[in-house]
Amino acid sequence: MTATIKAIPRQTVANIAAEAIHVEHLHKKFGALHVLKGVSLSARDGDVVAIIGGSGSGKSTLLRCINCLENPTSGIIRVNGEEIRLKHDGNGSTEPRDRKQIERIRSRLGMVFQSFNLWSHMTLIENVIEVPVHVLGVKREAAVAEAEKLLARVGLLEKRDVYPAFLSGGQQQRGAIARALAVQPRVMLFDEPTSALDPELVGEVLGVIGGLAREGRTMILVTHEMKFAREVATHVVFLHEGRLEEQGSPDAIFGSPKSERLQQFIRRVT
Amino acid sequence: MTELLLSLDQTSIFELLAPTSPGWGGNLLHGFINSIEIGVGAFALGLLIGMGGAHGKLYGGPVQRDLLQVYTTLIRAVPELVLILLVYFAVPDLINRLLETFGYGRIDVTGPVAGIVALGFVQGAYTTEVLRGAILAVPQGQIEAGRAFGMSPTMLMRRITLPAMLPFAIPGLANLWVSAFKSTALLAVVGFNELTLETRQAAGATKAYFTFFMAAGVLYLLLTLISNALIGRIEHWTRRGQPPVAESR
Repeated sequence: MTATIKAIPRQTVANIAAEAIHVEHLHKKFGALHVLKGVSLSARDGDVVAIIGGSGSGKSTLLRCINCLENPTSGIIRVNGEEIRLKHDGNGSTEPRDRKQIERIRSRLGMVFQSFNLWSHMTLIENVIEVPVHVLGVKREAAVAEAEKLLARVGLLEKRDVYPAFLSGGQQQRGAIARALAVQPRVMLFDEPTSALDPELVGEVLGVIGGLAREGRTMILVTHEMKFAREVATHVVFLHEGRLEEQGSPDAIFGSPKSERLQQFIRRVT
Repeated sequence: MTELLLSLDQTSIFELLAPTSPGWGGNLLHGFINSIEIGVGAFALGLLIGMGGAHGKLYGGPVQRDLLQVYTTLIRAVPELVLILLVYFAVPDLINRLLETFGYGRIDVTGPVAGIVALGFVQGAYTTEVLRGAILAVPQGQIEAGRAFGMSPTMLMRRITLPAMLPFAIPGLANLWVSAFKSTALLAVVGFNELTLETRQAAGATKAYFTFFMAAGVLYLLLTLISNALIGRIEHWTRRGQPPVAESR
């Protein structure tokens, strides 16, 4: 027996490292609209999974199901090995069985939205310390010190006392990334983080996200930026009409796409 | 014309409005303070009812929503004066009949409490709608962000929804405060000693109608002006995170 264990190559040991996100047979219906038709997805620690696909393919819905912002109709979701306990809500869908569990899981998933969604009544630094102080119970001074580091990192330290409405879209999104980093997320979820930005502001946000990817942060990234996905992703998933059509390494997906639909999609967007 | 001016003879005005007897100024001030008390009480009660009402209408179950809909529709449809008379006379009568049926003694529902309850109940219906509209005006993404970071529903309400809706609620609430204060005049009908009733008594006793009603008008105006100044500061503070209003020219 011991011999068998010794025989496992290092590569394999690394591969069975903790699975950060596990999604299995996920279905999501909005009324009669069947958006996700049995999608499975897995991300290990350190993975950067890019989800690509056309408009209406269900990629944002898939991301939003991971932290139950949308309740899946059926399926299994595990975050850091912990399965989100779901119950049927009586309308053919599910909802989290245990509110405390889903709140705890959400508080360690750093979500970044397409439309930034910074809290308008708080200054930038107040936005960044809000969750650490009020949800995670971090001392205010410690949270502020950490928030200043994060704001410096995204290049916004001098804007710390400015309200979001007085920042550009790119600055708001970088601030939102700092807010997500402040919860020390196990996994970061990006929901089309550059789609609402003016073209000249996209670069500054992608720069920050790319830096996070290079330092080995686990992230799931829904994006329309194909070039960026190819650069930073370790794994690319292509969704088409609610089904996982093809997945693989960035080079395989963008270099030699197998399915007809992926070939069409790549021709269209590049 | 000269006769009118003579009747406005300054010394007599000051004598009439003197704070101590034989002047009636003290009575007016007493009524003014009563009015403020009732107004503040009614507004506060309305705010409490409104917060519960708005929350129930937006997030409550179907039964709760229907009941609140009936409440806001009925209250806003019936004249305030009718509701005041109802709370002053009909409701205590009903309560006392019930109490007597079960062998308890009668209670006396009069004075400021009844006034606050009557006006506060009316205010509550309007406040419910003002706050509901304000909550709906909060960008949903901000509430969603709170959920996504693991906030509980109560924390979400306290930390995000309530402060974020304030800039949308303050103008409506300011209106309601002024209207609550002026509605206290209706309580004169049921014999409560607020500013209007005191004024009418003073005017009736001295026949100096013009003097006293002008004085009462000035007092109402004064409170509104002070309120406006305070509300302006509050509004400025709640709008600290809002972009400046664009010019429409």
